[in-house]
Amino acid sequence: MSAPARTTRTLRKGHATPIKLRQDAIPKVTGKFAYSSDLQAADMLWGQTVRSPHAHARILEIDVSEALRMRGVHAVLTHEDVPGKKLYGLEFPDQPVLAIDQVRYFGEAVAIVAAEEPEQARRAAAAVQVGYEPLEPISDPERATEMEPLHVDWPVERHGDSEHPQPNVVRALTIRRGDPDAAGDVAVSGYYEIGQQDQAFLGPESGIAIPDGEGGVDIHVATQWLHVDRDQIAPCLGLQPEQVRIHLAGVGGAFGGREDLSIQAHAALLALRTSRPVKMVYSREESFVGHIHRHPAQIWAEHRATRAGKLVLVKMRILLDGGAYASSSTAVISNACSFAPGPYAVDNLLIDGLCVYTNNPPCGAMRGFGAVQACFAGEAQMDKLAAELGIDPIELRLLNALEPGGVLPTGQVLTGSLPTKDVIRRAAALPVPEPEELPREAIRLPGGAGNTTRGEGVRRGVGFAVGFKNVCYSEGFDDYCTARVRLREDGGAHVYCAAAEVGQGVSEVILQVARLELGTDDIVLEVGSTADVGSSGSSSASRMTWMAAGAVQLACQAALEERRQTGVGEVDVERVYRHPETSPLDSETGQVLGERSHVAFAVAAMRVVVEVDVELGLTRVVWIGTAQDVGHALNPQAVEGQIEGGTAQGLGLALMEEIQTKDGVILNPNFTDYLIPTFLDMPPVVSELVEVPEPDAPYGVKGVGEPPTVVSTAAIVAALRDATGRELTRAPVRPDDIVGL
Amino acid sequence: MKISFTANGERAETDVWEGESLLTTLRDRLGLPGSKNACEQGECGSCSVLLDGALVCSCLVLAAQADGHEVVTVEGLAENGEPNRVQAAFAEAGAVQCGFCTPGLVVATDDLLRRIPDPSDDEIREALSGNLCRCTGYQKILDAVHLAAER
Repeated sequence: MSAPARTTRTLRKGHATPIKLRQDAIPKVTGKFAYSSDLQAADMLWGQTVRSPHAHARILEIDVSEALRMRGVHAVLTHEDVPGKKLYGLEFPDQPVLAIDQVRYFGEAVAIVAAEEPEQARRAAAAVQVGYEPLEPISDPERATEMEPLHVDWPVERHGDSEHPQPNVVRALTIRRGDPDAAGDVAVSGYYEIGQQDQAFLGPESGIAIPDGEGGVDIHVATQWLHVDRDQIAPCLGLQPEQVRIHLAGVGGAFGGREDLSIQAHAALLALRTSRPVKMVYSREESFVGHIHRHPAQIWAEHRATRAGKLVLVKMRILLDGGAYASSSTAVISNACSFAPGPYAVDNLLIDGLCVYTNNPPCGAMRGFGAVQACFAGEAQMDKLAAELGIDPIELRLLNALEPGGVLPTGQVLTGSLPTKDVIRRAAALPVPEPEELPREAIRLPGGAGNTTRGEGVRRGVGFAVGFKNVCYSEGFDDYCTARVRLREDGGAHVYCAAAEVGQGVSEVILQVARLELGTDDIVLEVGSTADVGSSGSSSASRMTWMAAGAVQLACQAALEERRQTGVGEVDVERVYRHPETSPLDSETGQVLGERSHVAFAVAAMRVVVEVDVELGLTRVVWIGTAQDVGHALNPQAVEGQIEGGTAQGLGLALMEEIQTKDGVILNPNFTDYLIPTFLDMPPVVSELVEVPEPDAPYGVKGVGEPPTVVSTAAIVAALRDATGRELTRAPVRPDDIVGL
Repeated sequence: MKISFTANGERAETDVWEGESLLTTLRDRLGLPGSKNACEQGECGSCSVLLDGALVCSCLVLAAQADGHEVVTVEGLAENGEPNRVQAAFAEAGAVQCGFCTPGLVVATDDLLRRIPDPSDDEIREALSGNLCRCTGYQKILDAVHLAAER
């Protein structure tokens, strides 16, 4: 199979160094790259959102008169000013563009303001008088199904158990295989919790909407999927899809948090009302309520095995808190269930998944998408089982490893590549650094520059885990990617693809493929826009490299073919790429109704060394080594970057990151109180790329962004358990959990 | 109020609101959007600039405090229109993904290497621990700083 030339060669100290720099690298290091928050337009106004201070309240009245009278204010809009559909949503429309008669979460948008200066807009927003009657919030997901329904139109029978409908069910799903009463020789059980994590991308939500003077609007925004933004917004604006053009502005990170709408509809409403461009930029605090989060989870697990260590049964009950609106929750709970046992072969399974509506912050996509929570519980169970059996935990995993030909919990037979054993062996073989001698610099001890110990009370631990996740969209979703190639007469080419460059480097993949297929370096990748090309699908689910490579390859080949036929002149072709078709799951058994519900899979194994000050509960991650199944690495430097960055996000969830709420109100919406890993928190990461080309993918690629995030939380907490001897069943692990308060 | 200061070697005069941060002035009034606003409370370092040669978070400095002083932003680091050694090293080492933290990290690294020409891993980690990056896990930034130091 021919594949694009690798973009990197090894130059110094074993680091991959690019032959060609990614095209956005120099603009980004020199400050010239235009992010969505950097955009300006002549005669521009600034938009601001009025948000609910309550997690659940009835709206009695909204009085905008005082705000409208303020200097510089041009518009104050409420739900009454939404000309089209009042509701939108990724999977079904349950979320109002602006709150109508009630608010269901803290920070829900109630009104929007446009003014000449940002400060004027902020003050006018504060002057909008909203009368609320606070209602009891549903804050405990375990009680959600006993409470009054939050959504009258969306208890949605098709997402719940149709025979026993319960309120506030976003989706209930059971996966049943084999004998759920299979006994085995030994059993271990546990209860696990995962806190609510934020994507915490550094570039807050922002963009600009520019009216076109003919009733339509151009929206330049940082997003993950231009066309689905358009398809959600246009009906709300009462416009035809082609009247709403979405253009990708520079994206400051995404990680799932830009799948849902943020400023898009609001800025467009203000721009169309005022006939002026309107820019909106969220503050960090607003960003914490302006996007969805990772689902907090409660998981009850039971594993049974033979005395020899062969898994006999996995039972799990998974409860996800979906928050106030559905977002992509139906797919997240499905993913959590289908990856519940991890990459292990087991004949008997009973997985009960439930995602509920509450008045907590809405949850949706975040890197790992349900697999993170399942992995945390499942890998803890595997360690417990190994201890119970007296078998080495790595040997236990090898003994049960799922490989091609094996069967997944949904009954899908694994036909693609999945080098589970190789990944486990290579991660396990990475040499762990020797313990450092004492005394040493404070910065190399738990507590760091806080100088809290000289080494007394410090224990070392080593942990291991395996992470497992799908690549591409699932369950029968019509997932495709479009690319367009315009070959100029002089041989140069313009490539159009709406694939969102969110930092991961998909633009370079597109250029690599185009260079290979067209045989020229004279290629311009145009900015993604709904006006120029069909949908690419989302930069999500570790799918964009695969899908964009497939679409660009098809379009390049078609352009060359047309050139051969026409001989001369410009050629302009558009092509659509689809991956192998997927099928839904049976609503009773969770078994796949066709050949596959997922397209392909990736696995990663990770070994972690930690030091823990068991007297103070402080931790230091010393070293991380990982091996990951990456298909074929088109750009090894970028793949390593995904592994290192994805690992850091999992480290954050293991040790520090949690959105804290009280009665649905977020208590820590800022970087002072919501901590993400700093340079001092991250250890060196040694990564091995395990390359077994994926047979169904263009050039054998696989998505690589999510497996490191799936595995690292589990692996780090495993190391903390080794160091402390404690069960540590909740992530993030708090100092109190370690010292046993 | 009117203020004037030197921005990247050029005299800048502008009208600012009394409560305005230097970051806002740079981005919204002077056409220097390279410095980024990611937290506006001095936690993330994305807005790092040099004020009279000292590394500061421009979101925590009032614009008025810069009156009569000298400010260097990421846009002012290039030498003869070319990326300087730190900028080039970040690009080559793969230290840039989404890049939103990059301007702040580049300015902070430039400051570090002027103080400590050949920093150790620990010195780099400590010096840059005030700059949050959400994409890279910092490993390739570490590589970039060493690469810049070698040059």
